[in-house]
Amino acid sequence: MPEYLLEMNGVCKAFPGVQALQDAALKLRPGTVHALMGENGAGKSTLMKCLFGIYNMDQGEILYNGQPIKIANPFDALGKGIAMVHQELQPIPDRSIAENIYCGRLPKSMGGILVNHEKLYADTRVLLDRIGMDFDPHAKLGTLSVSQMQLVEIAKAISADARIVIMDEPTSSLTLGEVEKLFGIIDQLRKDGRAIIYISHKMDEILRIADEVTIMRDGQYIGTWPASELTTDKIITRMVGREMTNLYPPKENVPGEVIFETDDFTSIHDRSFRNISFQLRRGEILGVSGLVGAQRTELMEGIFGLRAHKKGEVRYKGQTLKIKRPQDAICRHIALLTEDRRRTGIFGVLSVTDNVAVASLRQYLYGGIMLNEREIASLVEDNINKLSIKTPSGKTLIKSLSGGNQQKVIVSRWLANDPDVFIMDEPTRGIDVGAKYEIYSIIADLARQGKSIIMISSEMQELIGMADRIMVMCDGKVTGFVERDTMNQETIMELATRFA
Amino acid sequence: MQVKPANFNTKTISNFLVNNAILLLMIVVAVSVGIARPAFFSAYNAKNLISNTSIRFLVALGVSGCLITCGTDLSAGRMVGLSACLAATFLQRADYSGRIYANMPEPNMLLVLLGVVLIATIFGLLNGIVIAYLKVPPFIATLGMQTIIYGICQIYTGSQPIGGLRSDYTVGLASGSLFGITWLPYLGLIALVLGLIFWFVYNKTPHGKYMYAIGGNENAAEVSGINTGGTKIIIYITAAAMYGVAGFLLGGKAGGASVGLGPGYELEAIAGCTIGGVSTNGGVGRVSGILIGVLVFELLKIAMQFIGVESNYTYIVQGIVIITAVALDMRKYAAKK
Repeated sequence: MPEYLLEMNGVCKAFPGVQALQDAALKLRPGTVHALMGENGAGKSTLMKCLFGIYNMDQGEILYNGQPIKIANPFDALGKGIAMVHQELQPIPDRSIAENIYCGRLPKSMGGILVNHEKLYADTRVLLDRIGMDFDPHAKLGTLSVSQMQLVEIAKAISADARIVIMDEPTSSLTLGEVEKLFGIIDQLRKDGRAIIYISHKMDEILRIADEVTIMRDGQYIGTWPASELTTDKIITRMVGREMTNLYPPKENVPGEVIFETDDFTSIHDRSFRNISFQLRRGEILGVSGLVGAQRTELMEGIFGLRAHKKGEVRYKGQTLKIKRPQDAICRHIALLTEDRRRTGIFGVLSVTDNVAVASLRQYLYGGIMLNEREIASLVEDNINKLSIKTPSGKTLIKSLSGGNQQKVIVSRWLANDPDVFIMDEPTRGIDVGAKYEIYSIIADLARQGKSIIMISSEMQELIGMADRIMVMCDGKVTGFVERDTMNQETIMELATRFA
Repeated sequence: MQVKPANFNTKTISNFLVNNAILLLMIVVAVSVGIARPAFFSAYNAKNLISNTSIRFLVALGVSGCLITCGTDLSAGRMVGLSACLAATFLQRADYSGRIYANMPEPNMLLVLLGVVLIATIFGLLNGIVIAYLKVPPFIATLGMQTIIYGICQIYTGSQPIGGLRSDYTVGLASGSLFGITWLPYLGLIALVLGLIFWFVYNKTPHGKYMYAIGGNENAAEVSGINTGGTKIIIYITAAAMYGVAGFLLGGKAGGASVGLGPGYELEAIAGCTIGGVSTNGGVGRVSGILIGVLVFELLKIAMQFIGVESNYTYIVQGIVIITAVALDMRKYAAKK
């Protein structure tokens, strides 16, 4: 038997405008938990998607049991004994838990023409019992909470009886108890001689569960070390390279008087945001932290008029705002940079120019009808220069730009409306390290000009580096505020997991 | 990575061929049929082609807004039919014995046009409201509307064909030409003017930009503060107005109208749009492309008539053209894995 169960060597993968992987590698021993670490955008997920057949790699080889293999698609990967727990859940909420788990490989009867429902639900029962979950296999997946869905996703990967299980941020929305349960499952898998590739940003988890750690940076392989030789500091240094000291721009903003506040703001949905009261000062960067499912995004969308609320109010300069739809918020100079750039941010098939101007077209009209293209062009030109957006021209389609540049285009869209309150939901998600710093600089610069920023982030380091104050949410409620001088990951984490 | 110049060249050429397949096809068809049958290039045939294309172009312009916003309009054909019937009933000769409004004085033609368009826009408004606010998928909403309009048209005409139309309507307008020059039919000029207006709206106004934005990503459009519902309603209203104009002209061109006139136009319009590069995924489509798409379709029909292909076979060819054109288009947008 070869020393490694799996080897990936010299993997390259380019997307339009970005070299996502450049000579990436991974060597996996059987019966181990192998942590794959790197900053967001370092290429971990891309590498795993290449392994799982979601992407075709441009170059490189995969050796499985010492034999070179090609993986055509996820179905092929599952057949070869590789399963993956995805970072982004892909649930079918209106089908049962059992159907979600066995989707694509339902047990058959009558020579393969009928679904064997008895076996389906019995197998699911056994599987759920094995990992200590007492859900009804018939229940619709949509009735579960986000963390429960994530457990189902894990069950799905285990049910495939795979030799290699890839877990991409499996604990991002789990409670502490659920995390313990997951670690128990992982231990079991390891004892069975299976290998687990574990992607996480949480250092304590890695140091506790991993046997080996591979670190990536900017799509490249940096190295592999036994976990016992590493410390949090060593990992961070290797993840970010030399630029560690300049991770965040200097803080020069001076928070002034309160200009924006919410009072008892509550969603129409019982499980969404409830009784939210907070204040925002002029020129302040308010960080918002919490686990996935803490309803941070929903709260911001509620403030912006994308979601309905049943009670509470939003005040701007002491005046109560009636916000029923985004237009109302935009008129009051509130901007929202959404979390999911592809789904609610970019217009992929439109040009950079159209993407920048779309929310402020009314300011550029001749005689009330015709667009003043010259003024729009100069607005776009200004922004391309000011935010150093790397694009061949304003006519280029936005989808051909890198994530960081797309993000800067959307920031420009909102700056064109001269916002006083700028809500940014995960502004650096999926952006490479260099572009991240540029986004940070833009944020710091806006705050210095007296704009108020609400910044949601799942990276605690980032919030600690940028925010003047951090509001922590858990399960739809605000569980506390952390001031600049007391900010540390432990305090935030404690508040973020304070389930009632 | 190495650059291979030879490979690069063939790639450029094949890309050019794929990207302009439709235009090239059109030229090849026209030239070869023209060589085989010189009468193909006559002014009379040009007029025939322009007139046929114009009416379908107007319907396609209407439906293009729906397609660009990821919708569709299946009621287009029936609306064309109803508009033709409405126009015909008001433009019968005063001395015609089977006149529907027997004692009505002959109304002004422009007034009739405005009336027809106004009625069509009411149906467009209903389509828009159902789609934008009741959130009924456009396919279903307009399918229902199609049936409703069919019923209304049956009731209105009493299922009888309407004939005896005024000659200023049939000969003067629908078959007439500017300054009597055969290849300058009024139909073509009307289509040209409306085409230019659409080009202006699509490219130079906020409404046009919003339309592309909604089609490109409706969620993002919502976040950007675009009134997506209002924009869609305007799109379905203008679409209906186009069907009104097209129906009005079609009644005159056909020299009579009946309930049977119109159906099928919606599918030809959708086909013309997609051949012309309007993406069924939304957010993409140009007025010039729509014109080319419709033109290529009509050109094929006339060319096949000219070389004596039996009309049943032309349907098969048309079907193949639709599928091929969209398949080629998809290659352009196909996401690389």
